[in-house]
Amino acid sequence: MYFDSLGDFLAMDGHGPYVWFCYGVTAVVLGGLLWEARRRRQSAEQAVRTVVRRKQASTGKE
Amino acid sequence: MSIWTTFHKWGSPRWFYQFSGRLLPYLAGLSLLLLIGGAVWGLALVPADYKQGNSFRIIYIHVPASAVAMGAYMTMAIAGAIHLIWRMKLAAMVMKAIAPIGASLTFLALLTGAVWGKPTWGTWWVWDARITSVLILFFLYLGVMALHQAFDNRDAAAKACAVLVIVGAVNIPIIYWSVEWWYSLHQPASIRFIGESTIHPSMLRPLMATLSGMYLFFAWAMLLFTRAEILDRERNTRWVQDLVCGVQEQGVK
Repeated sequence: MYFDSLGDFLAMDGHGPYVWFCYGVTAVVLGGLLWEARRRRQSAEQAVRTVVRRKQASTGKE
Repeated sequence: MSIWTTFHKWGSPRWFYQFSGRLLPYLAGLSLLLLIGGAVWGLALVPADYKQGNSFRIIYIHVPASAVAMGAYMTMAIAGAIHLIWRMKLAAMVMKAIAPIGASLTFLALLTGAVWGKPTWGTWWVWDARITSVLILFFLYLGVMALHQAFDNRDAAAKACAVLVIVGAVNIPIIYWSVEWWYSLHQPASIRFIGESTIHPSMLRPLMATLSGMYLFFAWAMLLFTRAEILDRERNTRWVQDLVCGVQEQGVK
């Protein structure tokens, strides 16, 4: 550990706000990408289910 | 296996989906390990820079975000070229998948650069060659995303995007050498492939961790986005329907 205390670590000699902001935003953006990938997958699965349901409905009629 | 069999196999969305599914857990685990480990290392263990103090710790996300944003663009350009030349559908899906990831990474590069610039250069923003060309990279990514939205026809959208992406690739060498070609506030690269790097090894090691972690994260996210796109586009195929709804539920064909 380079810093003497947790307080020093958070303050980073006055550069704390800059450094922590950057790491925070990065975590949010990368997490957001994973979230968006999940959302796209779910909406694609929904679209597949709709196709299958329509197909089943049309074969049921025959 | 001949090169054409390999090429044909890679072009098959079904094969790609199954193959990428096996890679996902490794990419996820390794990228998170390297990103989180490298961040802790760079934030807490490495000594402060003798000139910049602690603000230099932003390097451990700024450099990986910038490098991977450029690497992502080149990947997108290659996918665009493959789609135009061989009309490979999968390449168009990869191209579409990369745009939002590249835009996010470029956004991070610009934002962390601005926040780093304030305590170091005394300003958030300057219109110098490096920063402006990265801003253009950001607009190129947004342009590709907007162009995909603008077309109703998928093939037409993919073709237009591929052309835009390939033409825009000229920006990548401009970004790379901008700090050498023009007088710039941005420092030249500290990591050199030829000759000695101008960064101390103790500072370089965590950077290598977050840099490789970011590349793996990009690969992971690219596969996730591409797989969602495959399910969406191949919704009328039997294998996707079996995969999503289960084989039994589907009943008679």
